[in-house]
Amino acid sequence: MDFPLLSVLIWLPILGGVILLVMEALGFPDIRPTALIVALATFLISILLYTHFDTTTATMQFQELAPWIGAFNVNYHLGVDGISMPLIILTTFTTVLVVLAGWEVIKNKIGQYMAAFLIMEGLMNGVFAALDAVLFYVFWEAMLVPMFLIIGIWGGPRRVYATIKFFLYTFLGSVFMLVALIYMHLQSGAFGILDFHRLPLGMTEQILIFLAFLMAFAVKVPMWPVHTWLPDAHVEAPTGGSVILAAIMLKIGGYGFLRFSLPITPDASHALDWLIILMSLVAVVYIGFVALVQEDMKKLIAYSSIAHMGFVTLGIFLVFTLLDKTGSTQGAALGMEGGMVQMISHGFISGALFICVGVLYDRLHSRQISDYGGVVNTMPVFAAFMVLFALANSGLPGTSGFVGEFMVILASFKANFWFALLAATTLILGAAYSLWLVKRVVFGEIANDGVRQLEDINKREFTILASLAAVVLLFGLWPAPLVEVMHASVDNLLVHVSASKLPHEAGLALLGAGN
Amino acid sequence: MNIALSEFAPLSTEIFVLTMACVILIVDVFISEQRRIISYALSLATLLVAALISGSMLDNETAVVLNGTFVSDPMAALLKTCIFLITIGVFMYSRSYLVARGIFHGEYYVLGLFAVLGMMVLVSAHNLLTIYLGLELLSLSLYALVAFNRDSAEASEAAMKYFVLGALASGMLLYGISMLYGATGSLDIAEVAAALAARGEMEMIQIFALCFIVVGLAFKFGAVPFHMWVPDVYHGAPTPVTLFIGSAPKIAAFAMAMRLLEQALGGLSADWQDMLTILAVLSLAIGNVIAIAQTNIKRMLAYSTISHVGFLILGLIAGTTEGYSAAMFYAITYALMAIGGFGMIILLSRAGFEADQLDDFKGLNERSPWFALMMLILMFSMAGVPPTVGFYAKLSVLQAVIHVDMVWLAVVAVFFSIIGAFYYIRVIKLMYFDAPLSEEPLKPGAELQVVVSVNGLAVLGLGIFPGALLALCNAVLA
Repeated sequence: MDFPLLSVLIWLPILGGVILLVMEALGFPDIRPTALIVALATFLISILLYTHFDTTTATMQFQELAPWIGAFNVNYHLGVDGISMPLIILTTFTTVLVVLAGWEVIKNKIGQYMAAFLIMEGLMNGVFAALDAVLFYVFWEAMLVPMFLIIGIWGGPRRVYATIKFFLYTFLGSVFMLVALIYMHLQSGAFGILDFHRLPLGMTEQILIFLAFLMAFAVKVPMWPVHTWLPDAHVEAPTGGSVILAAIMLKIGGYGFLRFSLPITPDASHALDWLIILMSLVAVVYIGFVALVQEDMKKLIAYSSIAHMGFVTLGIFLVFTLLDKTGSTQGAALGMEGGMVQMISHGFISGALFICVGVLYDRLHSRQISDYGGVVNTMPVFAAFMVLFALANSGLPGTSGFVGEFMVILASFKANFWFALLAATTLILGAAYSLWLVKRVVFGEIANDGVRQLEDINKREFTILASLAAVVLLFGLWPAPLVEVMHASVDNLLVHVSASKLPHEAGLALLGAGN
Repeated sequence: MNIALSEFAPLSTEIFVLTMACVILIVDVFISEQRRIISYALSLATLLVAALISGSMLDNETAVVLNGTFVSDPMAALLKTCIFLITIGVFMYSRSYLVARGIFHGEYYVLGLFAVLGMMVLVSAHNLLTIYLGLELLSLSLYALVAFNRDSAEASEAAMKYFVLGALASGMLLYGISMLYGATGSLDIAEVAAALAARGEMEMIQIFALCFIVVGLAFKFGAVPFHMWVPDVYHGAPTPVTLFIGSAPKIAAFAMAMRLLEQALGGLSADWQDMLTILAVLSLAIGNVIAIAQTNIKRMLAYSTISHVGFLILGLIAGTTEGYSAAMFYAITYALMAIGGFGMIILLSRAGFEADQLDDFKGLNERSPWFALMMLILMFSMAGVPPTVGFYAKLSVLQAVIHVDMVWLAVVAVFFSIIGAFYYIRVIKLMYFDAPLSEEPLKPGAELQVVVSVNGLAVLGLGIFPGALLALCNAVLA
C-alpha cells in the first residue's frame, strides 16, 4: 500500500492540534467540534490499519522509509507489526473518548486542552510506529511535554508537585536509554531498531543495555519500586489525562520491553528475568494490598493499574522459564500474548474506571470514597456501568479483563507453581478492592445530601461508557480478533529471543555455567 | 614584508565590517537624537551584508595570508556567518529596550560591531598573537558595553569585575603563549604544532604553557572553576548586553579553543583532554545544581550557560572530528537558544521595570499564549527535550563522547542534564500553571514580536530538520 497511513496517523492529529491552537488564538467561539472531528477522523483512518493488516506475516507492514538526518544516519522509518498495531488503534480510540470526556467539564483554555491531547495522540502513534531509534526517542520524549502541561494546567490542587515528579521521573529513566541507543548505533552503524535486533552483543554489554532500558521502561510501566509517580500523577491529572496515562502511556513501557529489551538483549533478559518476575510479583501482591486501603477512588484505580501492569511484565518475562521448561515456542507464546491482551484490555477498563470517577467528580467535586454511598439510587444507569467495569477489573469471565489474566496465570502454572500461586492472588485482591469500592460507592443507603441530588449520566457520558462497555464485553467474549493479529509477531519474537546473541564460545561457557 | 593585494581577498569581510564600524561611528556623531535609527539600520545592514559575504566563502579553499597570521577556511566562514546572524538577532532584540530607557545611543552598535570584529579576528587567527589581538578587541568592547548604562551602579560594578578578572585571564593566556614561544620558537600555529610534534618528548615548559592557556580559555568560556564572573556580569549588565555576551562570544570561544588546542597543541591532546574533563564535569555539576537555587532569571541563565559550556567542552574532549563538529553545533545552537532566553526578558520588561525575576514569568500563558509557547520551546530546548534543536546538540556530543569509549562521561552528562531539566521546567511551571502577577497585557513592538517568533520557531524547526546544519558542521571540519 502506497498511501502513507502511519504518517497520516501521526501528523493529522498534530496538525489538528496546531489548528486548534490557532483557532483559539483567533477567538473562535466553539472549537470542540473541530477537535472531535480530528479525533474521529484519526480513529476511522486507524481502522484501515486493522482491515489491511496481514495477520500471516511477522514482517513490518505499512512501512515508510525516508532519510532524515544524514549526519547520524537517522531515517524517518515507520512500520507496524502485530505488537504495535493494536496499540495504535487503542490510542486513536481512547483519544476520541478523551475529547468527549472533556467536552463540558473543561472551562479554562479548552482549545489548548484539546490541542494537547491531539498532539499527544500523534506523538504516541509515533512511538508505536517508529522503527528508527532516534525517531522513537524523539516521540517518546516529546510525549512528556503535552502530558506535563495537561496535568499542570488542568489538574487538581497538588498538580504542580505531581507533574514535575512525573516529568523528572520519566526523563530520568529515558536519558540512560539514550546512552544505550547511541552505543548501539556506534556498534551497528545505524539507528534502525531492526538493525539493533540483529546486532550481536557480548554479555556485559547486554546486561548494561538491558539495565538502561529497564530504567526507561520500568518507570513508564510503572513497576515496583519506581511506581510512586503514578498515584500522584493520576490523582492530580484531569480525567482525560488520567485516561491517557492509564490506557496508553503505561502501555508504552510494556511495548518497550517487547520491542527493545527482549529482542535486542535476549541473553541479558534471560539472565535477569528473575529480577523482572520478582518485581512483577511484588507489584501484583503488594500493590494489590496497597490498593485495598486507599481512601481516594483515583488512587485506588491507580494502584490497581500498577498491579495489572505487573501482570503484563510477568507474562512477557515468563517466556524464558517456559522456553527452558517446554523447549518449544508454542507454550511460551501463551504468557506473552496474555501480557499483550492484558495491556489492551487494561487500557479499556482502567480508562473506563477513570471516566466513571470523573463523572462522579464532576458532580460532587470529591474523589473520597467516604463522600459517596448509595449512588445506585440516584444514578442507576451509571451504577450499572461502574459495576460492569469493576467486575471487569477484577477479571470476571466474559469481560476482556479475564482473558489476559487467565492466559498469564495459565502460563505461570506451566512455568512455576509458586509464580502461579502468587499471581493468582490477584483474583482475590483484585476482586476485593474493586468490589469493595463498588460496595462503598454505589450500593447501600444514600449517604448524604450530595448523593441525593445527583443526576444520572447524560447522553455524552452514556456514549463514552457504552462504547467502552461494548469493547470490554466484545474482547471478553471473542478475543480472537485481538489474538490473531499478534500471533505471527509474537511467534517471530519468541524465535528471535530463544536464539542467543552471544559469540559462540561465550554462549557455550554460559550454558556450562548454567548447568 | 611584501603583501600582494590578492592576499586581502580572504579578509574582505573583516575589512568591510571595520570600515562600516568607522563609518557608523562618524555618521552617528552628525545625526540628531531623533534619527538615531539610522545608525541602527546601518549596523543591521552591515551585519547582513557581512553574513552574505562570509556565507559565500563557505566553499573557498583554505588560505593562509598576511605572513601566516590570518587563515580563511570553511570553519571560519561558517562561524562568522553564525556570529553575524546571531548579532543581528541581538541588535533587533535590544532596540526597544534601549529606546525605553533613553540609552539608545550609537555607541551600543559601534561597540557591538567592534566586538564582532574581534570575534572575527579570533575565529580566523593563525598566529598566537592574532588570537590575543582578537580576544582583546572583543573583551575591551564587551567591558565597555557592560558599563554602557553608566548611571547604573550595578552595571559599573559588573564591568569592573569583568575587567579585572578578564585582564587577569588575558594575562594568563599571554603568559602561556610566551612560554609556548620559548619552547617552540614560533607564534605561528602551524609551526608551533610542527615543533611540538618534532620534539616528541614532553617537557615541563610545554605543560606549563598548556596549563596557562587552558586557564585563559576556561575563563573566556566561563567554565568552572573560572566561572565566578559569569553570574555577576550577566546579572549586572543591561539585558541587551547580557544577551550579547551570552551568545555570539561562545561561538568565538569555541573557535579559539579549536585554534589553540586542536591546531596548535594537538600534540598534547592527551594532557589537555584530562584537564578539560575536570572542567567539563565541574561545570556540568556546579552549573546545573546552583542554577536551581536562583530566583533571578538572568543569574539562572548564567549558571545554565556554565552547564552548557560543560557540555560543549565534552565535544572537545572527544578529540575527534566528530567531537569538534558536535561542539561546533552545540556552540551555534546554544547561541541561538541563549538570545531567545534573554530576549524573553527584554520582551517582558518595560521602561522602569526589569522582568528579571523568575516570578515575572508567572502566568505568561494567560497574558500571551504565543510568547509563552516560544519560551516553552526555548526552555525545553535548553533542557535537551526533543523535538527541539537542543536535543540534537546533546545527542551529537554524547555520540562523540561514547565513540571514544568514554561512556562514563556520557552518563555523568545525562545525569546532570536531568538535574538541569528541573529549573527549566520550573520556568514553564511559572508560565503555565501559576496566576499572573499583573494582568497588564503584553504589547511588545512589532520588531520584537517578529524576532522572538523567528527565534523560537528556528529552535523548533532546526529540531525537526537538524540534518542540514549538522551536515554543514561536519563538512567544514572535514
